[in-house]
Amino acid sequence: MIVLPLSHILIFSLLLFAIGIYGALVRRNIIGILISIELMLNAANINLIAFSKYTSLSPETGQIFALFVIAIAATAAAVGLAIVLALYRIRKTVQANEVNLLKW
Amino acid sequence: MVTSDQILLVPLLPFLAFVTNILAGRWLKDRAAWLSIAASSLACVIALPVCWAVFQGAYFAHQGTWLMLDAVPLRFGYLMDPLSATLLFMVTVVGTLIQTYAAGYMHGDPRYSRFFAYVSLFMFAMITLVISDNYLLFFMSWEIMGLCSYLLIGFYFEKDSAANASLKAFLTTRIGDVGFLLGFLTLFAAIGTLNFSEMNGLLTEAHKTHAALNTGLLAVAALFIFCGTIGKSAQFPLHVWLPDAMEGPTPVSALIHAATMVAAGVFLVARSFTLFMAVPNILPVVTAIGTITAFMAAFIALTQNDIKRVLAYSTISQLGYMVTALGLSGLGAGTFHLITHAFFKALLFLGAGSVIHGAHVQDIREMGGLFRKMPHTAVTFIIASLALAGIPPLSGFWSKDEILLAAFGSGNFLVFGVLLLTAFMTAFYMFRLIFLTFFGTARNAGVHAHESPALMTVPLWCLAVGSILIGIPGSPLMHHWFQRFMAQTVHYPEYEPSALVMACSIVVAVLGITLAGVIYLEKKHWAVTVAKNFPSFYRLSFNKFYFDEFYSAYIVKPFNALSRILFGFDETVIDGTVNNTGRATMFLSGVKQWIDTYIVDGAVNFMGTLVYFLNSVTKRIQTGFIQNYLLIVFLSVLAFLAFELKLT
Repeated sequence: MIVLPLSHILIFSLLLFAIGIYGALVRRNIIGILISIELMLNAANINLIAFSKYTSLSPETGQIFALFVIAIAATAAAVGLAIVLALYRIRKTVQANEVNLLKW
Repeated sequence: MVTSDQILLVPLLPFLAFVTNILAGRWLKDRAAWLSIAASSLACVIALPVCWAVFQGAYFAHQGTWLMLDAVPLRFGYLMDPLSATLLFMVTVVGTLIQTYAAGYMHGDPRYSRFFAYVSLFMFAMITLVISDNYLLFFMSWEIMGLCSYLLIGFYFEKDSAANASLKAFLTTRIGDVGFLLGFLTLFAAIGTLNFSEMNGLLTEAHKTHAALNTGLLAVAALFIFCGTIGKSAQFPLHVWLPDAMEGPTPVSALIHAATMVAAGVFLVARSFTLFMAVPNILPVVTAIGTITAFMAAFIALTQNDIKRVLAYSTISQLGYMVTALGLSGLGAGTFHLITHAFFKALLFLGAGSVIHGAHVQDIREMGGLFRKMPHTAVTFIIASLALAGIPPLSGFWSKDEILLAAFGSGNFLVFGVLLLTAFMTAFYMFRLIFLTFFGTARNAGVHAHESPALMTVPLWCLAVGSILIGIPGSPLMHHWFQRFMAQTVHYPEYEPSALVMACSIVVAVLGITLAGVIYLEKKHWAVTVAKNFPSFYRLSFNKFYFDEFYSAYIVKPFNALSRILFGFDETVIDGTVNNTGRATMFLSGVKQWIDTYIVDGAVNFMGTLVYFLNSVTKRIQTGFIQNYLLIVFLSVLAFLAFELKLT
């Protein structure tokens, strides 16, 4: 069985996070932004599990953390989608560059 | 049975009528008169048994402490002795009759209820004054009467003459009032009490035991108190207000300026009689003032043409008589004349009012031949004039005779002569008035006289009966009961009745009447001839001894000039100070305003502007695009991370 070194997993998670941050910053569609955020959360999850597996005495710790993060991500996604729906109702758009309600 | 509550009710009832009329007069309208009359007659009904009891020899007094002055109690109370009972009887009876008359006389006046409110207030004050047992309460009611007099003289205040007359009356009597105030305060300093009975007791006791009294202080007190009499009873030299007071409605002239208020000054001397007796050399002053007044006023009355003015000068003259009587120690004579005079002079004024009411003129030169048109008025007027002239057996004869007797008996033959001459002039001017008014032919065709309503003539007849009968108790027919009655409390010399005095009195009265009849009915040119041959006397009388002109030139004008100087001082110095203070304040305020505007406000505004400026720069971050925020967060995290890594 080929043992995957920790660094590979970390690099993978780094790539995933970078894709996520890139998406969150450049995508115009808010749903896309939400998806990108999910990617970043997942990158974090991978990190948690990887560190847990390679360094921790009890690997379950990271997995439990990951489960929590998944649950919270789900609720965050639900809230985010609700905001998007509400936004759509008043502005008829889901394009982030067309909405600047928080401007001074 | 007389209780204290019963006596207190007598002044209280008119006071209640006053309060009701002044507050609810607008709704009461004509009923205001009936309220006042009811209060007054009820007071009369209550007062008469009390007076009767006193006439029978009873004596009532009651006191309550009003306040403590350093353990010296000031007590208020009433005193019903012969003197106050007599006056209470007169005031309530005459007051009620005059108010009844006034209900008819004032009918249709726009301030009808106001009139009766004032009259009720006056009745309250007069009754309180009569029954008061100390100088302070006396003075208070005295002042309320002064106020009522002022208000009622100026009742037709739309007329300038009435407004000026009320002011003149108020200011002139004020001189006397201040004297009175000083007088009883001096008295308080001298003997430590203001109560009449206590004062009488103290002075009588001191007289008996020959105890040393502070006579100087007492003399000052008596003199000052007599100033009050001079002012209120219109004695020389302060008599000038009373003729002008005739601007008031005629019932007021009858009630206040003939029967009651002006008699209060005489009453004051009678009340303070022991004081005047205790001080030597004060009674001659009183006599002198009284005699001068009596003569001078009668002399003026000879040539006056206004029916009310003749009566006003007659009143002054008769008040002079009373004061003379008191000055001659004739307490009984003075008080007796006060009472009889109240009846017949009130009747004369009411009769004059009836003439004015019926004929609408006041100048006797425009009247004439009114007898047939106004029989009731004329007959009662003549009765009163006979009483005043001193024809027996009318009341005035008995009282005037008592005064003449006092002058004769005490050996003051000069006073006696002057009084006799005055009596002659009194008879003359009264019958000059009557012959010009009621007899002869109507001199002014424009005057359409008519008799007054019964509401006015009935009081006239009541007073006429009073004028006839009221002299009897003091006459030899009742053995001078009144004089003995008055002598119960205060002892003063009495004189044997003298047939000579009576004869003189009758002769001068008849002479006066006859002369008036001859001149004004037959030889009308005589009056003109006399006036032409004695122009200085005529002018002196016609111009009232130039008193008004004298006062105007030497008192009123200098006073006004002084007032103007003081006004100028006020305007330039005091107002100037105030104005300059104001200007200085305004200048300081200007400086403060500048500091506020440019320094305090400037600092605040500068802070605001600064924040606004900084804000205009920094607000650019807030683009509103969510991804910009996200980018900033991300870059910040990266920056912190880089910072952290570099450090460690």
